[in-house]
Amino acid sequence: MADPMKIRANLQADGKVLVKVLMSHTMETGQRKDSGGKLVPAHYIQSVTVTHNDKTVLSAQWGPAVSKNPFLGFRFSGGKKGDKLIVKWVDNKGETRTDEAAIG
Amino acid sequence: MNEQRRLVLKAGSSLSLLALAYSSGLLRPGAAFAADWNKAAFEGKNLDEVMKAFGGSAPAESKAIEITAPDIAENGAVVPVTIESKLDKTESIALLVEKNPSALSAQFDIPAGTDPYAMVRVKMGQTSNLIALVKAGGKYFFATKEVKVTLGGCGG
Repeated sequence: MADPMKIRANLQADGKVLVKVLMSHTMETGQRKDSGGKLVPAHYIQSVTVTHNDKTVLSAQWGPAVSKNPFLGFRFSGGKKGDKLIVKWVDNKGETRTDEAAIG
Repeated sequence: MNEQRRLVLKAGSSLSLLALAYSSGLLRPGAAFAADWNKAAFEGKNLDEVMKAFGGSAPAESKAIEITAPDIAENGAVVPVTIESKLDKTESIALLVEKNPSALSAQFDIPAGTDPYAMVRVKMGQTSNLIALVKAGGKYFFATKEVKVTLGGCGG
């Protein structure tokens, strides 16, 4: 199981919520060779979904070109302090991780 | 993608319609693990191929899309990119790296209530144009920015 995500969700002065997520994932492209010259199989996050009060506020599809230990940032309206935010990713091997954070 | 799903759902149990969708490539066999992952788009080598996979017409260049990224990236493995669209009814934002083995890096669906704004970090194999592809009001628009890479990020 991958390490937990670091999630920051802060209410801004303009009333919007700025969300920053740092995920822990190798994001292997499938094009890199190891020291023995063998291709390292691709292993990367393909989809990310962020939900707030059962509403999807962002969904993303990623390819292997997203950097290792991916960072995601976005803003949405309608969040309040203390609201729960759920972030879920699924990778190309079907592994998944879900973490949550409260808006601060 | 979602639109395709809706189309297929509308077709319902009508087998002939499903067969039609299948033959026209709307239903791709062996689709990726994550339910909606658009395999064809992520395998596209350039903007044209990605556009074909998205099913859109040729995008128009737009000044209302802003790409923030370093002019020179010392480390191609981690290039921070921010895309902001000022286009009305922005539905999705995609980031392409022109000279990567597969152009499409990331695609974000922007539901109502979410700002047309996304931050992400991507790998760049070499100096290349970044392309921000934005779908707004059913049409596609793009903007480009060149990033010079001094150390490639795809060889590890």
